[in-house]
Amino acid sequence: MSFIASLFQRNSIYVATIFGGAFAFQGFFDVAVTKWYENHNKGKLWHDVKGKFLDGGDEDEDDE
Amino acid sequence: MFRAVSTPLAQKFITGAVATTGLGASYLLYQDSITANAMTAAEHGLHPPAYGWSHNGMFETFDHASIRRGFQVYRDVCAACHSLDRIAWRNLVGVSHTASEAKAFCEELEYDDEPDDEGAPRKRPGKLADYLPSPYENEQAARAANQGALPPDLSLIVKARHGACDYIFSLLTGYPDEPPAGVVLPPGSNYNPYFPGGSIAMGRVLFDELVEYEDGTPATTSQMAKDVTTFLNWAAEPEHDDRKKWGLKALIVTSSLYLVAIWVKRFKWQPIKNRKIRFDPPKK
Ligand code: HEC
Repeated sequence: MSFIASLFQRNSIYVATIFGGAFAFQGFFDVAVTKWYENHNKGKLWHDVKGKFLDGGDEDEDDE
Repeated sequence: MFRAVSTPLAQKFITGAVATTGLGASYLLYQDSITANAMTAAEHGLHPPAYGWSHNGMFETFDHASIRRGFQVYRDVCAACHSLDRIAWRNLVGVSHTASEAKAFCEELEYDDEPDDEGAPRKRPGKLADYLPSPYENEQAARAANQGALPPDLSLIVKARHGACDYIFSLLTGYPDEPPAGVVLPPGSNYNPYFPGGSIAMGRVLFDELVEYEDGTPATTSQMAKDVTTFLNWAAEPEHDDRKKWGLKALIVTSSLYLVAIWVKRFKWQPIKNRKIRFDPPKK
């Protein structure tokens, strides 16, 4: 029996696969989309322009 | 198709009718544009041109440096008359300012505190969770200070006006030095062709070099108008950048699912569509 087919044998495995797959996919998908989006808008986002205003001062303390 | 119009008389007649309609329509439109009566172009205000905002487009975020400069313009200029009720100091954090900068802004201000044990009112320094203060105690005070006109709250102004950013920018930069000949304005009002009716209680407020930008951007009138408009657009749609990112994700997922659905449909239907049905009549 193939690996794929074995996922369908038991309902518990089947459901767990769907939930686990969704979890893994959304993590990967969110990272990929965010990466493209932030690259597409490079230079306009706050973390890109922050340095211009703070001149190296209190860069990374409690702020986002 | 159509039969060619044969007689020269009929042709002349058609030409004449077209010319009369065109000239008549132009004349009526022109008439409509030179008075400010109800239901005319002047009553509705001049349409603003469409500007190339850097946040136009499906996947474009706001320009956050512009939001920051725009906040400076709002705080230095507009905040004297306009409130921004729906924005709290914390909203600026991670958008245009750091937490420590936002704290520094609000700690300079006094907000109402719980009354003391005798019930006397007390004040406390602002916190990040406080909302931006209003310039006036109430509407009456605002009207009294502005010749009866109420400066509207600017939180949602970009969404609340036709033309959105284009309109706000045009309004701020659209004050001519002199109102056009023949325009009579009520006392205390100013001429602005973009404002419906042309007569607005707010005078021109932006002039070159009015503020000094910390990043060295030259503070021209149009630069300040662009920045404050971007800031006000952010104030009206703080979810804007995230919304466009979610939109992108939704588009990718739904269009993939659509393609999968088409594939599944073809997969399932293929044997059905390809089968051949043959009827063998029973042999006698
Ligand atoms: C001196 C006080 C004052 C200042 C400063 C001021 N405004 Fe106004 N503003 C007004 C008043 C009063 C009105 C109401 C005008 C009316 O209804 O005729 C108004 C109206 C507006 C409107 C609404 C126009 C409409 O379509 O109804 C916008 C947008 C606006 N102001 C933006 C700004 C911006 C942006 C700034 C800062 C650059 C600013 N204002 C600075 C007094 C002011």
